[in-house]
Amino acid sequence: MRDLRITIDPVACDAYGYCAEILPEVIGLDEWGYPIIRDGPLEGELVAFARRAARDCPKRALTIREKRTN
Amino acid sequence: MSLSASPAPSLQRVHHLLGQPADLQGHLDAHGPLNVARGRSSSWQHGLVDSLEESGLTGRGGGAFPTSVKLAVSQTAGHGGIILVNAMEGEPASSKDQLLLTRAPHLVLDGAQYLATLCGSDRVVICVPNGRVAVVAAVRHALQERRAHRYARVREEIAQPPDRFIAGEESALANWIESARSAPVFRPDKGIALRIRKRPALVHNAETLAHVALIARYGAGPFRARGTAEEPGTCLVTLSGAVTHSGVVEVDRGTPLWDIAQRGQPIEPIQALLVGGYGGTWVGPGDFRTPYASIPLRTIGATAGVGVIVALAETSCGLAESARIARYLAGESSGQCGPCAFGLPAIADDLERLACGRSDDGLLARLERRLRHVNGRGACRHPDGAVALVRSALSVFAADVAVHSRGAPCSSWRKPTVFRFPRPIGLGG
Amino acid sequence: MNSTSLWYATRASGIVALVLLTLTMVLGLVTTSRSRARNWPGFAQQEIHRRISIMAVVFLALHVLTSLLDTYVHIGWLAVVVPFASPYSRFWVGLGTVALDLMIAVFVSSLLRARLRPGTWRGIHWLAYASWPIALAHTFGLGTDAGEQWVIVLGAVCVMAVGVSLVWRVRTAAKRSALAPPLTSQPIPLTRRVATSTGGRRDVP
Repeated sequence: MRDLRITIDPVACDAYGYCAEILPEVIGLDEWGYPIIRDGPLEGELVAFARRAARDCPKRALTIREKRTN
Repeated sequence: MSLSASPAPSLQRVHHLLGQPADLQGHLDAHGPLNVARGRSSSWQHGLVDSLEESGLTGRGGGAFPTSVKLAVSQTAGHGGIILVNAMEGEPASSKDQLLLTRAPHLVLDGAQYLATLCGSDRVVICVPNGRVAVVAAVRHALQERRAHRYARVREEIAQPPDRFIAGEESALANWIESARSAPVFRPDKGIALRIRKRPALVHNAETLAHVALIARYGAGPFRARGTAEEPGTCLVTLSGAVTHSGVVEVDRGTPLWDIAQRGQPIEPIQALLVGGYGGTWVGPGDFRTPYASIPLRTIGATAGVGVIVALAETSCGLAESARIARYLAGESSGQCGPCAFGLPAIADDLERLACGRSDDGLLARLERRLRHVNGRGACRHPDGAVALVRSALSVFAADVAVHSRGAPCSSWRKPTVFRFPRPIGLGG
Repeated sequence: MNSTSLWYATRASGIVALVLLTLTMVLGLVTTSRSRARNWPGFAQQEIHRRISIMAVVFLALHVLTSLLDTYVHIGWLAVVVPFASPYSRFWVGLGTVALDLMIAVFVSSLLRARLRPGTWRGIHWLAYASWPIALAHTFGLGTDAGEQWVIVLGAVCVMAVGVSLVWRVRTAAKRSALAPPLTSQPIPLTRRVATSTGGRRDVP
């Protein structure tokens, strides 16, 4: 199983909040509308939603990266 | 133009930064010429890399990252890059880098030259904030001397980015050189070298480079002879606050905090020390004997940060001073990241209310939640520093928190601040 | 397919394309980072904007194809992409070509969005704002149905819709640049997606 994580580029992020709508299990919003990501790897079926969130982010701020264990 | 003077024995045996000759001739008399071997993989270069690794030198700009590791990352990124000398010193409570540039500029620039040779860089750019006239003049004079004597191989220039707190952040500095925007860049992987227009850029604090210059000439031995085994060497610390003599002292790493503060001769009873700068942490009397080194400080929840110690008298209000610092840090955000741009002013608002005795029932819970939400969610460590400062204030001044949150602040919150700020920072109320 | 039905098809698909384009413009203007229609998630707003723009492109393709196949007036394949190359009504058809070129640029850049720098994509997308009034001018300039009352009313409605959306967008942007209040005042907690007893899914905090 690959250890996939969500990374948010905080400079690009403009608090559209689409990611939190698509993947509420992993992404919450702080009081100013910016995403907070839950720790831990993405579980199986959530990966597809995460990819959707990455595709739909208007600022291309959300990416999915593999966590390197080194 | 004597280029073959022999080094003075005393300076050779002891590794220290203050008390060095400021002019080029004195520098030559003390340390000899700048001998850098040409050619890419010479034994001299390997020797220097080994010396740096053996010395255990870590960055003196706040990051405390092992210098040899940072060097290796940049070397693998290719040749033909730039060495940036970071003398921005955006921390208002710190003046060590400015002092170093007026007292021993050649040591700093030599350090940059050594690293430039190792990385195959073709430029050294020394970055001093725009407006610091005395430092700029000292650097210009030193550069002129070096050019006149054809002293250094790699071309040296001066650059003057804006005088803001965040302008000295590594990626912000590189960004400014590349595109005149003094704003940090999101770097999820610090193992990838910084680049300026595709060429690798190695950024080092001025003090770190001064240490590099001495290690390159005399080896790791004299450096390791000072400090502790885990954190060797000396470092420069700026003392200020309730002390008779504020200024820069050179201390061995691992010296107990209180011993360092004593050198400034505290005026009155001290209730807390601010360690590591405005983005550092408060330390209470129970921990005054903690050694000034990263690991011991981390065990008490503090950070070594930049060499800064500010003494807070018992007659001052720790919460009020922290509120002013928080307000200053909020104003210095580059505004690129939401949690920092919105969160730091909100945290400063809450802390100010607490300090002025205008607390409300939900304030502490709200403040705690905001600290949790802001930490680690910016592109750089600026919000993290602010969070660490506020958290340590709530912990070290817990008794004051209890009193203030009942709506009855201590009488001393209005006392004029002992902290330096570039602009006046007022507290409402 | 005789010339008359092709001609009707051209005009009809053109009008529909214009309406869909107007709708796309309106949705694009009102989809900002802070805007939320009630009960309608933001990502769905964006998705609707995308899908309607694709529908507009489909009707536009129909419009172009039928106009080329119609032998009554000669437009020529070249005039589809090269502005002002049509022997028939050179200027007004040319405007249509300009609008089409701009829309092709927007469409292609959106397909390649991941590979472009954000600034590049955004700049090209702003060209869409230019293509709409040009398409409007093309519609009324060509004159075929421009005199019909319902077409004039339709045109007026389109102009008003875009005008109102534009004003709203400018005002919202101005407010936002003055650090407008955040979208949510309470942080939104993480939720778990659980299966409900009826076989659906539900989010619980």
